[in-house]
Amino acid sequence: MDDTILELKQISKGFGSTDVLRGIDLTVRAGEFITLLGPSGCGKTTTLRIIAGLEAPDTGRVYLNGTDVTDYEPNLRDVNTVFQSYALFPHMDVAGNIGYGLKLKKVPKAEIRRAVTDALALVRLPGYEKRYPSELSGGQRQRVAIARAIVNRPKVLLLDEPLGALDLQLRRQMQIELKRLQKKLGITFIYITHDQEEAINMSDRIAVMKDGRFEQIGTPSEVYDTPKTSYVASFVGSANVLSGTAAGMRDGNVLIRCREGIIMADAKGRSFAPLTPLTFAVRSENITLASPDAEFGIPARILEKSFAGGMLRISMIPGTAPLAAADTKETHSHASGRDSDSDPAGTDLAAEDVSRPVNEIIASRHGIDSAAEPGELVMACFDPRDAVLVDLPDEEGREV
Amino acid sequence: MTKPFHSRRQPSRSIPAPGRRKPKRSRLWLTVAPLYVFTLLFVAGPLVYMVILSFLQRAEVWGVVNTFTFENYLKILNPVYAQTFLESLRLAFATTALTLAIGYPFGYFMAKLPAKRKKLMMLLVVIPFWTSALMRMYGWIIIFQSNGLLDKLLMGLGITEDPLRLLYSYPAVLTGMVYSLLPFMILAIYSSVEKMDWSYIEAARDLGATRARAFLTVTLKLTLPGILSGVILVFIPSMGLFFIADILGGGKVMLVGNLIRDQLMTTRDWPFAAALAVILTILTSLLIRLYRGITHTTQLEGIL
Repeated sequence: MDDTILELKQISKGFGSTDVLRGIDLTVRAGEFITLLGPSGCGKTTTLRIIAGLEAPDTGRVYLNGTDVTDYEPNLRDVNTVFQSYALFPHMDVAGNIGYGLKLKKVPKAEIRRAVTDALALVRLPGYEKRYPSELSGGQRQRVAIARAIVNRPKVLLLDEPLGALDLQLRRQMQIELKRLQKKLGITFIYITHDQEEAINMSDRIAVMKDGRFEQIGTPSEVYDTPKTSYVASFVGSANVLSGTAAGMRDGNVLIRCREGIIMADAKGRSFAPLTPLTFAVRSENITLASPDAEFGIPARILEKSFAGGMLRISMIPGTAPLAAADTKETHSHASGRDSDSDPAGTDLAAEDVSRPVNEIIASRHGIDSAAEPGELVMACFDPRDAVLVDLPDEEGREV
Repeated sequence: MTKPFHSRRQPSRSIPAPGRRKPKRSRLWLTVAPLYVFTLLFVAGPLVYMVILSFLQRAEVWGVVNTFTFENYLKILNPVYAQTFLESLRLAFATTALTLAIGYPFGYFMAKLPAKRKKLMMLLVVIPFWTSALMRMYGWIIIFQSNGLLDKLLMGLGITEDPLRLLYSYPAVLTGMVYSLLPFMILAIYSSVEKMDWSYIEAARDLGATRARAFLTVTLKLTLPGILSGVILVFIPSMGLFFIADILGGGKVMLVGNLIRDQLMTTRDWPFAAALAVILTILTSLLIRLYRGITHTTQLEGIL
């Protein structure tokens, strides 16, 4: 681990009575683009501020390039931040802003001027030296903020949702440019976002955060294809998360008896004793609709179809019950995946427990045509390899 | 100062409400007429009167004679009066510097307090205004007089042996000035620090600035408008608060304010008093302009 540039060891932090970080560990390699991904309030920004030295951790240590910098003031750390609000000094022009750090280091004036010009060229804003932040657009301010940080050539650059305030088109463009910059400069980027697409597009590794902990750290494809927890599955891939109990093994697959039906999932070389509670995730694009008499799958009734972004989205209510009864529940697909967290893990196979909220199943496919009509009974099927077993959250695990 | 002027112009550009008869343009000015009348009557009028008066001659016994003269202004060049101006300026500068030295950290830390304690602090700063300024000055007499509170304390602690004779001295007047004008400075600083975005300071620290450096290059610059309004709010009154010089200076400290008052009330030389007032007004305006030029601030903040 020679190329480790930053290491967080058991960092925890609380504000008043709320624990924001609950003991996180992170190792970042030099030149890496790592993204902290999570919903607002999960502790991403606090982690970043602790690395920058703007916040002190309650416990744990921060190592930068092998040195324990936990007690260092922010100005003594070789780390720069691109703030969410940009925080460009309103009383200085662009050149003043970008040159601020170099001026503090007593770099000769001519050299500062050259560095500022270079930095502006790098962020594609040549000739903007004499403008004031108030005269710039949001995207331009963003670029100046980045230039101000990279001109100091920090070991690690921290970016706190830098694209959050930009419109979609500009955001896409800046994603590409940021990635280009990172490759060109070879600076380690620690990037914060709550946008999973952004994280997947840009990162070498993604650390998915929830409630002050890392749920999973891995490459975008690891996190997307083999989520470790139901939370990661629903947050990163917006996958359907379903649960049931093991009902036997067949050809390296595990049979899972869900409340509504029996499915098969790839056991990945493991074997499960019967009645072991299991949760698995299936992404919507891997779900196919078959006739209700298929052997494996979850019988469901089609609730509605909607078309967006070239994809047809079909939402279904599991079970064979007529729609009217089930239709009364909330149909916000976004929440449905996450709701499954609090789901009592589907251990109750009696299926009489009506109080349990029914999860929606979402299938999506290219194109606009689908024979399925709302109200129709179908079988939601998928390849066992596309069903990823995810760990049950601790609390639910104990209930069994 | 340009703002009210701007807003006065607004109504003339009003858009007629649809479906209603268009109000006659000629009547619209009536809505702002009270503002004009008030300004004319109580600001512009007296000012013009004062300037005119300053060029007239004093009558033998009472009133003025309508004879044009520069005599009043020439009289100010008399070393006795010029000395008074210098003394006043010196006191005003000292007062402003001291209130800034005390008021800046006060207002700064007050703005950083948690919301609840901020309110309490604000109340404590404002409470003195509930008592007449005159009364509070008499309070200082009790503290400063020979064998008064301060003397007893200092002698009791064995720091001094004899009474200090602080009352009726320059330091006493300065203390009174700073005491009565400090709240204005605190509130002006407070309002500009409170509004400031702390992420600028964090950015400065992040870019390598020490605490002191971040304060000098960012905080101080961003709170300059607050400093400016504080300075103006303190400097102008400190040139004319003659009752403080009277009560705590006991006639030993003579300020322009006292001089004008004496010329009006005692000597009854109204033209000379007017000339003094005109010069005082010009002098303060010039100083403020100069200060603005140095600090590059055009905006005032807070109370102004």
